[in-house]
Amino acid sequence: MSENAQSPALILRSKKITRSRRTRRPGEAVITAFLFLCGLFSILITVAIIFELTKEALLFFADPNVTIWNFLTGLKWQPKINQFGVIPLLTATLVTSTIAMLVAIPLGLMVAIYLSEYASQKVRGTVKPIMEILAGIPTVVYGFFALTFITPLLRGTFGADTVNIYNMASAGIAMGILILPLIASISEDALSAVPRTLREAGYSLGSTKIEVALKIVVPAAFSGLSAACLLGISRAIGETMIVALAAGAGPNLTLNPFHSAETMTGYMVRISGGDLSYDSMDYNSIFAIGLLLFVITFFLNLISRWVVGHFREAYQ
Amino acid sequence: MMSSNMKEQKKAPNLPARHRVEKIWKGGLFLSTLIGVLFLALLLVKIVNDSFGYMVVEYGLSPNAMAVNGVPVWDLPKEDKVLFLQENITPGRFKKLMKEKPLLERSDKEIKALILQEIAKPKVAQTWTLSQSIFQKSEIQATALQEYPQGELSFKAWLNWDFITSPQSSDPLYAGIRTAIMGSLFLMIVAILFSLPVGLGAAIYFEEFAVDNWLNRLLKTNINNLAGVPSIIYGILGLAIFVRLWEPVTSGAILGGVEAATINGRTILSGGLTLGLLILPIIIINSQEALRGVPFTIREASYGVGATKWQTIWSHVLPNSIPGIMTGAILAFSRAFGETAPLVVIGASTYIVYDPASIFSKFTALPIQIYQWTSRPQDEFRNLAAASILVLLILLLGLNTLAIYLRNRYRRTY
Repeated sequence: MSENAQSPALILRSKKITRSRRTRRPGEAVITAFLFLCGLFSILITVAIIFELTKEALLFFADPNVTIWNFLTGLKWQPKINQFGVIPLLTATLVTSTIAMLVAIPLGLMVAIYLSEYASQKVRGTVKPIMEILAGIPTVVYGFFALTFITPLLRGTFGADTVNIYNMASAGIAMGILILPLIASISEDALSAVPRTLREAGYSLGSTKIEVALKIVVPAAFSGLSAACLLGISRAIGETMIVALAAGAGPNLTLNPFHSAETMTGYMVRISGGDLSYDSMDYNSIFAIGLLLFVITFFLNLISRWVVGHFREAYQ
Repeated sequence: MMSSNMKEQKKAPNLPARHRVEKIWKGGLFLSTLIGVLFLALLLVKIVNDSFGYMVVEYGLSPNAMAVNGVPVWDLPKEDKVLFLQENITPGRFKKLMKEKPLLERSDKEIKALILQEIAKPKVAQTWTLSQSIFQKSEIQATALQEYPQGELSFKAWLNWDFITSPQSSDPLYAGIRTAIMGSLFLMIVAILFSLPVGLGAAIYFEEFAVDNWLNRLLKTNINNLAGVPSIIYGILGLAIFVRLWEPVTSGAILGGVEAATINGRTILSGGLTLGLLILPIIIINSQEALRGVPFTIREASYGVGATKWQTIWSHVLPNSIPGIMTGAILAFSRAFGETAPLVVIGASTYIVYDPASIFSKFTALPIQIYQWTSRPQDEFRNLAAASILVLLILLLGLNTLAIYLRNRYRRTY
């Protein structure tokens, strides 16, 4: 860029620009239209997801053996004998996600508070990249870790009789480790956004550091923290590879975390892993379950965005 | 002095207790952070630990017993070795080997490896981890001698050059990940070609053109929601649309040359497009961030000298935001590189021996391979899984380093 406004080169160039302006105008309209189409394409994806999932799910519910009521309340998922109750898959998803959240929420929030309130610049500079690396590791690696490290550890601690080889606890813990950095990093952003003046006001009243952190900073960042947790839950419910590897195959209605049970996502992966023939009951069923999964995660994400918008404390 | 002390005591009688609480919390917070870091360390140690270690190999026919007229086969000239090979394997197998590469053109080392593989038929009997190999060396040697008297104990690096360059095989000793790496690369190329232009275009539209009306607000909310959709949902979307609905396109049938009976949409094109859809929202969000980083004064200056909107974007906004866009895009691709679930759902093949030839080939990918090997119960496959994870993590680390380098090298502050 030339800073000299009088430079002849610039004048020349601007002349060129005015000349080309006239000729380029129809082209610009085309470009703008193309860019708009790119933007529109994203909504097309959502429409396609909803349309396809609904279409195939309707085929599933059109089967005489299935009713929506039985699907949502049935306690048995055994396609071979025409039992299509999603509850066993749902409870397995619930158990693994709960375990994951029991690991990820307390640890994630503690890490976030430590990083934003206590850690020196140097510690933060080391821990944050480590958290980013943890968050960037593919989930199939966590599945490997769950199956070959956490499961033997659990079996060694609680006995091989109480803990199955495939169990929900192991998958849940690995999922917790996966989600921990997500919650930590969103929460840390929320905590750091709380203005310094609020903290200073707390100190000036004689509060200790932890009192300021827990009674002033955390409430002030509450919307961000709860959004982080909701996003974490939605991530846990949709997580696939860890549960597919470590939680076991075969639906099982149990709340015991040491037993094996198949989650919604685990079922979808197992069924589609084989050579799936179109329009079979199996094929249609993964779309019905996918629709349920999509609806659950979609609403969790919506709620989390609403929480951020609704409870946000705005500071200058 | 004393009175002031007493005053303080009166004012804050619980001060020591509060300080204790402070200390306990601080310790707890620090411990949590330490646990977080420890998880990463454990994960890495576990993977390295499984990628190296002792193994016992048992032979169908001991290599030491192989001899022609009393001369060990290993000391024979190459031509005689080939002859020995021909005599000891089936003609069909020999023909197949000749077809891959004429035996006489192969090096002596390759022939030796072939004899070992085809005639001695080694089988992994047991494997140990790296930590066991270091700390319990004598126990391992004793066990090996006792339980596998015919076996051969050796230290095996499961991650080695042969492992990276060999095609897939059902025998853990000879299995490699070349086809999987090639499959992943092909997938990435398709995903990049599809999602980068569309994503960047959408980001430019949202940042530079979109006025604040209901449609654009809906579009923006939609992007954020898409980023939160579980990856497996993209998988079944790809299955329904790319694999099934667009089968004539994704199987290559539309270009001809494919027999009707073998038409199958489970190809690299389907997989790449699915991954492209998956990372599209991430690319849009990251690119928007980068475009937003270009200060408004630059645009104003450009308009000031009479540039049109698109000229301003093309020659000022984009060049200034390219580092940020590239960084965001690379991070998105590294996400796609490790994605497994959508590929499993659209039906990536697990046993592929040949490199993909075109985007219409069937494929396997590195994460798929890891998934397959991890789900096998035998220890030696777990070793293979660990070694492939190591390769995957190194590749991802390379991508991330590149992204960070680009960000730091070309970052501009205004």
